[in-house]
Amino acid sequence: MTQLYAWGAIAVIVLTSTAGDVLLSRGMKQVGDVGELRRRAGLWTVVGRVLRNRYFLLGVLAMAIAFYSLLFGLSWGDVSLVVPASTSLTFISNAIAAKIFLHERVDHRRWLAAVLIAGGVVLLAL
Amino acid sequence: MTFRKYLVLVGVAVFAATGDSLISRGMKQVGAVSLHRLPDIILVVLDPGVALGVLFLLAFFACYMTALSWADLTYVLPATSISYILLTLIAKFFLHETISLSRWLGIVLISAGVGFVTGGPALTYRSHPDSAECLTASVSTRLER
Repeated sequence: MTQLYAWGAIAVIVLTSTAGDVLLSRGMKQVGDVGELRRRAGLWTVVGRVLRNRYFLLGVLAMAIAFYSLLFGLSWGDVSLVVPASTSLTFISNAIAAKIFLHERVDHRRWLAAVLIAGGVVLLAL
Repeated sequence: MTFRKYLVLVGVAVFAATGDSLISRGMKQVGAVSLHRLPDIILVVLDPGVALGVLFLLAFFACYMTALSWADLTYVLPATSISYILLTLIAKFFLHETISLSRWLGIVLISAGVGFVTGGPALTYRSHPDSAECLTASVSTRLER
């Protein structure tokens, strides 16, 4: 029964962290190269610019939900099941979401990798 | 890609694996959290192991955000996947979890898939104007400076 709870938590983690990753990626692309910006304008300018970005804040909210789902999941299942399963499934959903929402180019190589990772996840669950 | 940028990617992987492991160890000490004892999940942060884990995950987040500011999401995620291997080794040697043969095979498959992505010419992904919107955004922020 706790196994079922663990997989429920994994599903919630995948959905919320995919939304979070896409939002954070878009937000940080708007901020620009952090290292370059820090050298030019100082650390506090970087922090201020990141914290005022709307996509970043929404991304953090999604990640916070994912984080608490992870805490629940980890109390129900092994760390070597919950963490690899949710993160690698997130890798696949991220490839799809990055293609749709961030317009990133996902080629054959990337899809094959997604299938390999999906196979790995099934093996982890055995 | 400079040496400093590779260090940031290594930081993402190391802090993610160690942070998750510390939190997992702390949660196992606390025991299963049930929905009708919801405050437990907030108070659990007072556990020193979990608190340190949260600190490590904050360091992970700073490295991850830095990486996302100069690399694609589909580049950063595969490149930092060395954390899978780290996590398995930590689970085996420090958390004393049993890792079955099929789970080891699963880790190998995931690593292979991830190596497939990072090994290819997709590394030069960023030089392609794959996202007109993102590109315009980064160009306009550059012009602002």
